[in-house]
Amino acid sequence: MGYTEDELAKDLESQEYKFGFTSDFKADRAPDGINEDIIRFISAKKEEPEWLLEKRLQAYKAWMQMKEPEWAHVHYEKPSFQDICYYAAPEQTKKYESWDDVDPEMKETMSKLGISMEEQKKLTGTAVDFVMDSVSVATSFKKKLNELGIIFCSFSEAVQEYPELVKKHMGTVVPHQDNFYAALNSAVFTDGSFCYIPEGVTCPMELSTYFRINESGTGQFERTLVVAEKGAYVSYLEGCTAPMRDENQLHAAVVELVAKEDAEIKYSTVQNWYPGDKDGKGGVFNFVTKRGLCEKNAKISWTQVETGSAVTWKYPSCILKGDNSTGEFYSVAVTNNYQQADTGTKMVHLGKNTKSTIISKGISAGQSENSYRGLVQIHPKAENARNFSQCDSLLMTDRSGAHTFPYIECKNNSAKIEHEATTSKIGEDQIFYCKQRGIDEEKAIGLIVNGYCKEVLNKLPMEFAVEAQKLLEISLENSVG
Amino acid sequence: MEVAAENKVLSFVNGWERPTEENAVRKEALQALNAMEFPTTRVEDWKYTRVGKITKRSFKQLNTTIDTSPYIIEDLDAHQLVFVNGYYREDLSAIKKDDALTIQPVDRVDDAYYGQLVEDIDENVFSLMNKAYSNGGVYLHVAKQMKVEHPIHMIHVLTGDEVVANPRHFIRVEQGGKAEVVTTFQSEKAEESFSNVVMEGHVEANAHLRIHKVQTEAKNCFHIANELFVQDEGSQFLINTITTGSRLTRNGLNVIVEGENCHTEMNGAYLGTDRQHLDNHTLIDQLYSNCTSSETYKGVMDDKSVGVFNGKVIVRQDSQNIEAYQSNGNILLSKEATVNSKPELEIYADDVRCSHGSTTGQLDEEALFYLRTRGISEKNAKNLLVAAFIGDVLEKIDIEPLRKSVDQHFLEEFGWEF
Repeated sequence: MGYTEDELAKDLESQEYKFGFTSDFKADRAPDGINEDIIRFISAKKEEPEWLLEKRLQAYKAWMQMKEPEWAHVHYEKPSFQDICYYAAPEQTKKYESWDDVDPEMKETMSKLGISMEEQKKLTGTAVDFVMDSVSVATSFKKKLNELGIIFCSFSEAVQEYPELVKKHMGTVVPHQDNFYAALNSAVFTDGSFCYIPEGVTCPMELSTYFRINESGTGQFERTLVVAEKGAYVSYLEGCTAPMRDENQLHAAVVELVAKEDAEIKYSTVQNWYPGDKDGKGGVFNFVTKRGLCEKNAKISWTQVETGSAVTWKYPSCILKGDNSTGEFYSVAVTNNYQQADTGTKMVHLGKNTKSTIISKGISAGQSENSYRGLVQIHPKAENARNFSQCDSLLMTDRSGAHTFPYIECKNNSAKIEHEATTSKIGEDQIFYCKQRGIDEEKAIGLIVNGYCKEVLNKLPMEFAVEAQKLLEISLENSVG
Repeated sequence: MEVAAENKVLSFVNGWERPTEENAVRKEALQALNAMEFPTTRVEDWKYTRVGKITKRSFKQLNTTIDTSPYIIEDLDAHQLVFVNGYYREDLSAIKKDDALTIQPVDRVDDAYYGQLVEDIDENVFSLMNKAYSNGGVYLHVAKQMKVEHPIHMIHVLTGDEVVANPRHFIRVEQGGKAEVVTTFQSEKAEESFSNVVMEGHVEANAHLRIHKVQTEAKNCFHIANELFVQDEGSQFLINTITTGSRLTRNGLNVIVEGENCHTEMNGAYLGTDRQHLDNHTLIDQLYSNCTSSETYKGVMDDKSVGVFNGKVIVRQDSQNIEAYQSNGNILLSKEATVNSKPELEIYADDVRCSHGSTTGQLDEEALFYLRTRGISEKNAKNLLVAAFIGDVLEKIDIEPLRKSVDQHFLEEFGWEF
């Protein structure tokens, strides 16, 4: 797998968060706090058209009326929204024609993250849209994608160059008043990614974006919009790392997927934001709204490996609007130390013969809390809808918690819905068996956990699967109860 | 009693009478009501059940008498306790002599003992209303190491228009004692009336308590039950809940397991027709190690009815070696029926084997076809399959005469034969 036992041992020794470093950029910062002026400032900075500013202001007004949601099974100190800086851009914002023009320090940062552009280019055939704080600074493989008519660029670039596409689709899946954090995002989002696959085109490579929170105290408000036209296919990867920081950082992203007739979108995430230290100090708040809309015969598949963040609040959802559309959700969520995760999915069946599958694997270690919360909703017109859900929880210590909160709402009698959940710990007999074969306990647990998550890890693209396995092992170090 | 008009709860109970004899439970409940509001669907526990249908009406108390003969279960050799509109009618009751069993008014439960037992337990507004305004109910006391020979049949009859019944019962089974209780809820010429029931109990160390609840009130009535049972070490508790009655039913059932080596079993069957709304809301709270629990609820919803199942199992920190099983199955017979199922697990200990399953669907086409190829009419084939589905739960009723009477009810009501 390219990752040896020695390397794992080394990682285990240095328990500290391995991506914890801050790069030294001079950022173009807005004053802390949120108000209409700040929103106008952001909009002006991004040279946005009038309609977008209007949308931002509408969202802000809606947000002002909303209360933070409290139903999730998580406890945290609410962020103070007036102490957050809503805009910070690296100083270098000019566009690079070639890779050589890029600031060496930035290259350094990227290689520390393990996503060296050269390597990526040569080995993986992956186009990377790298987001440093809020402004994207490098985009590769653009030309190749251009030939096929695929648009893959930063959100602000899309606003400038393809305003009608953005205007047409933005907010159609996650409206600006959808929920507290989505509204906040809609008001102050700074950048993100935009991806458009034209009719009938199969994207030849995995598209991937790396997000990174960089400027101290900057909340990151990304917006991702993926549109797959009729018959198109795209596999999109998103991976996150964040530097070590003591104060809590807020991350409230919005991801919208639009899968038109016969289209398919596969969206994979490896989330490894800073989870806080062993005593639960610091860490990222990850309050994300992810939703996809399926037209007729379309398919959206969410795969996620969540190991980071102090508090996670995330429900990638599928609106199965078109007949015969399919939604899938595969998730591994690992919590350790004092992490808290309340994650799951929503499958809303509107069309006939719609199908959804939910496979969720939760692993709780340390003193963490890990909840699955999922909704399966069958509307009256969704004839012959089908859902299968399986939620398993694995408890590593007697101080951790694993919870399952499924909501099953059925309003059509031709639907078939199955839900099952189990909660247990790793069998002593399994560990004993491994030890008997000369595998030490730590490795035995790694082995068992990887086996337990196999169903989900198998759904990840190759590059991610390796990284995800590595992450799982590191996240669970010294967690044996 | 004069009340401020702006408090909806207080205006709802306006005009109800309270017994002159005051005790701590009543007083505290009355006080707590001042600060209460009726739950909306924004409250997580009431997400799927709107109580507006009840709270927008007004109900009155009515102490009256009935002929009990239709309500006595044939061949059931039992202590018969009769409650008409929540008032205990000793004159209509028939109690056998049994040294193991003492029957007293519910107010005789010792305040200090009771206070300690239900300490820290959140009560909802309906439970509090019952406690503040209850006019009757019994305290069943089962003596140490003794078995109550015959089942105790608590017959509840709701009669009259826009009547409220607030029966409140407490069952205490002392160490090693054993008892079996049958509670039936029926109505007679009742229109738009409301049963607001509180049933509580304490199953002490190594004691056994079995309860069978059958609710078949008229379909324009309302039924809210708040049931709370506390189990001590080594005790066993079983409750079967069969619901076919009421326009709106909410069975709130909480079991707090406060000792090791306990076993808890909950089974339920709910069958909805017309516009009925049947809600089963259960909680098993495991506070100690080495316990087992099993929960099976099955629903069949027809016409425009709505079935709700919300079952929660909590395993507290350090409650090790717990086995908890929970299953909920639903069949939708009509296009417009709805099921909302929310089985929950909240686990804070690691050495547990907990699982839950939930299914919703319709009758198996192939099974139907098979039966039809054997010359069974579609209607009969459907009835057969539904009966088999619900039969799993009905089998848990091990009192033969009761089982027979339930079967008879299903035959009359739905045409299902078991």
